[in-house]
Amino acid sequence: MYQVGNLVKELTDKHGRARESLMPVLQGIVEKHSYLTDEVMVEVAKELDISAAEVYGTASFYTFLDTAPKGKYVIRVCKTISCSMKGKGEIIQTLEDMLKIKVGETTSDKLFSLIETNCIGWCHKAPAILINEMPYTELSPEKIVEIIKSYMQK
Amino acid sequence: MKKTGLNKVDLIFEAVDPKEVLTKAFNMSNDEIIQQVLESGLKGRGGAGFPTGLKWKYTAAEKETEKYVVCNADEGEPGTFKDRELLDRAAYKMYGGMTIAGKAIGAKNGIVYLRGEYRFLLPQLLRELESFHKLIKEIGYDFTIRYALGSGAYICGEESALFESIEGFRGEPRNKPPYPTTSGVYSKPTSINNVETLVTVVMIIQHGAAAYNQLGTKDSRGSKVFSVSGDTPTPGIFELELGMTVQEFVNEFGDGDTKAVQVGGASGFCVPRKKFNTTIIGFEGVPTGGSMKLFNSSRSMYNVLHNYLDFFAEESCGQCTPCRVGCQQLLKGVEHVKKGAVKSTYLNELTKLADTMKIASKCGLGQSVGNAFKTIVENFKEEIIY
Repeated sequence: MYQVGNLVKELTDKHGRARESLMPVLQGIVEKHSYLTDEVMVEVAKELDISAAEVYGTASFYTFLDTAPKGKYVIRVCKTISCSMKGKGEIIQTLEDMLKIKVGETTSDKLFSLIETNCIGWCHKAPAILINEMPYTELSPEKIVEIIKSYMQK
Repeated sequence: MKKTGLNKVDLIFEAVDPKEVLTKAFNMSNDEIIQQVLESGLKGRGGAGFPTGLKWKYTAAEKETEKYVVCNADEGEPGTFKDRELLDRAAYKMYGGMTIAGKAIGAKNGIVYLRGEYRFLLPQLLRELESFHKLIKEIGYDFTIRYALGSGAYICGEESALFESIEGFRGEPRNKPPYPTTSGVYSKPTSINNVETLVTVVMIIQHGAAAYNQLGTKDSRGSKVFSVSGDTPTPGIFELELGMTVQEFVNEFGDGDTKAVQVGGASGFCVPRKKFNTTIIGFEGVPTGGSMKLFNSSRSMYNVLHNYLDFFAEESCGQCTPCRVGCQQLLKGVEHVKKGAVKSTYLNELTKLADTMKIASKCGLGQSVGNAFKTIVENFKEEIIY
C-alpha cells in the first residue's frame, strides 16, 4: 500500500481525461510507485469517468502495469532464448542468493522485486535485464552484484 | 540483377541532410511520392512484408479528412533489436519517413507507438522530435508527431491491437476487414509502418527508386537490417542486401558448428543445416523481420522449441480460443512427449493442432505459432522425443 496524494489529479491534468489517457496515467503511477493498488485504480476510474472494472481490465492486460505489490526497483530478467542460452540462469541464481528471494518475490524491505520477462531486445548483448526502465546488458554474476549494490546505495 | 552471395551495405545509417530530403519530398506531388515507393518495391520491414507503396495508395484514396500515420516501434519479436538501434541512431529518419508518409496520404498527425521496454530512449527521442518539428514547419509541412507507450505486451505489435492500446484499451486484435487503410486508429484511415520501413523511405526519396532497385532480388528489393544473435562470434546489427542463402549467411556469421538458424524469430521458421544451401532469406524463401538466431550443435532444439512455446502461451492475448488453448496445449504436448507420457506419434496430433491454429486464429500471433513448431518438429524430431 502507498499513499498516492495528488498524483492521479496531476497525471490526468497532464494527459487529459479521455479514454486514451488511461494508459499514460497508469504508466505514470507505475513509474512512481511500481504497481497499481485497488484504491488508485478506483480513483483513476472516477477521474476518467469510466468503470473501475474498465481500469482493472486494461491494467491487467499489460505485464508492466502490475496490480500486485512490487518493490521500488523491479528487476526483470529476460528469459527468452538468447538470454537463456547465454547465462540467464546464473544471473537469476546470483540475484536470488544476493536478495534472499525467489523469482516472483519482493524483498522484505520492499526495495527489490525479481521477475522474469520476455524478450527485451538485447539478444546480441545477452544476458540482459531491466531495472525499472533501465537496461543492463552483457551481464556476469560479478557485474550484476555491483549493479544491485549501486541500487542499494541509492 | 544476379545475386552473388552476402553483400554488406551501409545505407540505412548513412548520414543524410534531413532538410534536403524533406524539401525534395515536399516539392514532389503526393502521387509522385507514392509512385516512387511503389517502384522501389519496398515491402514492410516489420516482418509481414506488405508493399508499402500500396498501403499508402489505399490510405491516400480514402475520402476522410482525418487520417493518421502510425509508426510501429513495438519491436517485440524474440531476436529482433534493429528498431531499437534505428531509434537510437537514426530517429530523425524515422520522423522524416512519417512526415513524407503523412504528406503522401494526406495525414496531419503521426503517432509513434514505442514498446515499454524501450522507454529509456524516450527523453532522447523527444529532444530530437522537438528540433525535427521546427525543421518541418520551416519547410512548410503541416504535420505533428507524438508518442504512445506500450506496457510489455508482445501482441501490441499486431497493428489493430496497437490501435486498441493507443486508444486506451486492452491490446486485443480487431477483426479484419476493415483494414487499417480504411479504419485504423480512432477508426480513421491509417497507414501503419514499421520503424525500418519509414527509415528506408527516406533512403528511397534520397537516392530514387531506380537506385534502390539495384539492390536485392525481384521479390525482395533493397537491403535490410538483420539482428544477429545466438551462437555467433559476431552478434549485432548488420545491413545486408536481400537475396542471400542461409548458407551464405552462416558462412559469415556462424561459429563453424551451426546446426540450425531460426529466421524471423519465434514466429518465424527454423532452417536446418541440410537446407542452408537451398533456402533464400527473403520473401521468395523464408521472410524475416530481421531476427536471425544461430544454434550450434551443443543446443537442444527441444529447449529452443519449449522456450518459444512458453513465450507464445504467455503472450497470446487470450481473446480467441484456437490461439489461447492452442498455445497452452502445444506447450503441454511437447512436455508430455519429452517425458514419455504419450507416444511420439502424439506429435502428429500436435501438428494438426498447429495447422488448425493457422487457419482459425484471429491474428498473426496464433497463425504463426505453427511456423516454428512445425519446422523444428519436422527437422529435429529425435531431439523433441528423446
